Amino acid sequence: MIAESGHYALVLALALALIQSIVPIVGARWRDAALMNVARSTALAQLLFVAASFAALVTLHVTSDFSVANVYENSHSLKPLLYKITGVWGNHEGSMLLWVSILALFGGLVAAFGNNLPLSLRAHVLAVQAWVASAFYLFILITSNPFLRIANPSLEGRDLNPVLQDIGLAVHPPMLYLGYVGFSISFSFAVAALLEGRIDAAWARWVRPWTLMAWIFLTLGIAMGSYWAYYELGWGGWWFWDPVENASLMPWLAGTALLHSALVMEKRNALKVWTVLLSILTFSLSLLGTFLVRSGVLTSVHAFATDPTRGVFILLILFVFIGGSLSLYAWRAPALKQGGLFAPISREGALVLNNLLLTTACATVFIGTLYPLALEVLTGEKISVGAPFFNFTFAPLFVPLLLGVPFGPLLAWKRGDLLGAAQRLMVAGIVALVAMALVFAWTYGGATLAPLAIGLAAFVIMGALCDLAERIALFRIPLSLSLRRARGLPRATWGTAFAHAGLGIALIGIVCETTWNTEYIGTMKPDDVARVAGYQLRLDGLNPRQGPNFREMVAQFTVTRDGEKISVMTPSKRNFTTRGASTTEAALLTRGASQLYISLGDASADGAIAVRIYHKPLVLMIWWGPVLMAFGGLLSLSDRRLRVGAPKPAKAAPRALQAAE
Amino acid sequence: MTRKQRRLTLIGCALVVLAIAAGLVLNALRDSIVFFSTPSMVADKHLGPGKRFRLGGLVEQGSLKRGDNLAVTFTVGDGGATLPVAYKGILPDLFREGQGVVAEGALDADGVFRADTVLAKHDETYMPKDVADALKKQGHWKDDYAKSGNTPSASAAPTQGAMR
Repeated sequence: MIAESGHYALVLALALALIQSIVPIVGARWRDAALMNVARSTALAQLLFVAASFAALVTLHVTSDFSVANVYENSHSLKPLLYKITGVWGNHEGSMLLWVSILALFGGLVAAFGNNLPLSLRAHVLAVQAWVASAFYLFILITSNPFLRIANPSLEGRDLNPVLQDIGLAVHPPMLYLGYVGFSISFSFAVAALLEGRIDAAWARWVRPWTLMAWIFLTLGIAMGSYWAYYELGWGGWWFWDPVENASLMPWLAGTALLHSALVMEKRNALKVWTVLLSILTFSLSLLGTFLVRSGVLTSVHAFATDPTRGVFILLILFVFIGGSLSLYAWRAPALKQGGLFAPISREGALVLNNLLLTTACATVFIGTLYPLALEVLTGEKISVGAPFFNFTFAPLFVPLLLGVPFGPLLAWKRGDLLGAAQRLMVAGIVALVAMALVFAWTYGGATLAPLAIGLAAFVIMGALCDLAERIALFRIPLSLSLRRARGLPRATWGTAFAHAGLGIALIGIVCETTWNTEYIGTMKPDDVARVAGYQLRLDGLNPRQGPNFREMVAQFTVTRDGEKISVMTPSKRNFTTRGASTTEAALLTRGASQLYISLGDASADGAIAVRIYHKPLVLMIWWGPVLMAFGGLLSLSDRRLRVGAPKPAKAAPRALQAAE
Repeated sequence: MTRKQRRLTLIGCALVVLAIAAGLVLNALRDSIVFFSTPSMVADKHLGPGKRFRLGGLVEQGSLKRGDNLAVTFTVGDGGATLPVAYKGILPDLFREGQGVVAEGALDADGVFRADTVLAKHDETYMPKDVADALKKQGHWKDDYAKSGNTPSASAAPTQGAMR
């Protein structure tokens, strides 16, 4: 009964989305306010029905109703409650339902909080949103219905893939989807602007908060996913340049560029056409990511060809939306008015450079991800493009970007003073050089690139601080005055500084982890001691333990340093009986920003066990960086001037802003 | 500067960056790409020692031998030919006899594939994509691998036995 209601609610949501796709557009053409307002109510009702449908699927999973195929294939009655819930989106059908639910959520948010939008713009935005939603409802209902029943239900389910039975699954996919799908808003705004043939700085004012919100979620989602892979897969790696990861990195890069170009558009009314294009591209990359992950094309090009319904359907969605929006762009963009002028050396110029490098970096990732697929489809030859490719292409493009980051905020709008900015960055430069020299001296004879990279990171972090110090005139006026100024700074300024500093912090973590990681791999018997990076790890013993839906063997290690006991670490190896699969649960010991990492291999007959122990210096900074970036984004989002529902008349806003600059 | 000049500067910068990127990509595509082979393809192509590639296939039943200090040897087959593989280190959780595997490395002078990585591909079906494709082509594909996540649990039992 619940399954049928869930299914029915989804059909109703589709019907509502179809109405929302057409009626508001007609209303906008006829200038009929009542018809345009239909968008608002349908968007909210649609959200209600999708939420009901999603709740139905969650209920089915929680109550372990194995007569439903989706529950049978991905759940088990003994599974802990948390994983019963997260298991809902741990599979194809459920994750697509989560995808549309979030899409409807964003549509609902625009409907609920977009009261200050011009009526016709809101009608257009919600209609475009509904086009996307309709396509995905159809996709779910036709090819991936999560509510299908099985004719002969079995008593017990097949359980969720054990790798996915982790708290990471609870947070990572929803976060990632909030980011992915959040970019649909800027897409809808861009298409609406093209349909209306009108775009101004006020448009950017509405788009920027939504983009920022999506970006924050995507940043956290990617960081979460990376940390999850790090501790769950047992290899100690945090980024594999896997197509699935690249699928989320590409929208992030484009979204970061969009965030910065929307800024230029909002403040200076320039780069309009480019911003619209970026909005379209960012969401297109989100769709592409969905296609890559969901169509099965990565699992096998041939699997895609033998069971093409899903893949072809998503490919069709891709073609319609990307092709359609780009054609619309080619047709309508020339009609958009050109914006303000600026000199190449100016904040606008710096942001253009940022956009150029980010989009190019994104393009290299795009090539590295899709080239093997294209080659295989065309020639049948199989290649793998791994980390070396990205290290040779992506990294060199990021170096000038990072070098430029501290300069951007110090340049004035319209016409900047590069020399002046350089002078103000003197301190940052000196600190960077000192850091470089220190690291070089300390690791003399070691890696040559690493000290340079650390220097670059120091430059980025200090650059962000220099910008703040400059703005509050630190050490030039009495400290109390500086502090008062600091309090008066717009939150967006603080946000920028935090986000940029986060970039430097992540870079330090990445460099330290990849360069000075020490590892010990070997077999150990009880009472054996392994020495890694000054720590002694003694294997005390191996103990079997019974979990709710698995058996595990726990190894206990006592960690000492200089004869002093620090902690006990208990990595384990779990064996999930239902699927006959095993997972490695790594044990982590955090010391400052560094971590000790133990994962277990197979036990041999004589009671010894294979272990892999890593010492990863400053590894946590890899994730602190993105968290700081997201925090900076949050600060910016809370800026009074940028509030989502800022009640300012649409037409007065751009002029008032420009006057203030 | 006039609007036209500014635009030209911009376009010029963009072209320079794109050209550099294109150069980097082409260079990287030439140097850092690894080809995929199955044992039969290795036999056909007469791959020489020292050339890096990815080997994919099924781990032959009963071929896994553990040596001292984490050294392992096993045989990878694809129904046509087989190839001995030597590896030192911890095998991934999903590694087991009779299942698909992808290893990266090169042949040595004796024709043994020295792997430095054995890949653990964690997808829902536990089957590396390349292996699945190759096996399908040669008609050794078992349908039950393809359907979502039902790896046969019976065949997994032997290697798990040591765990208890």
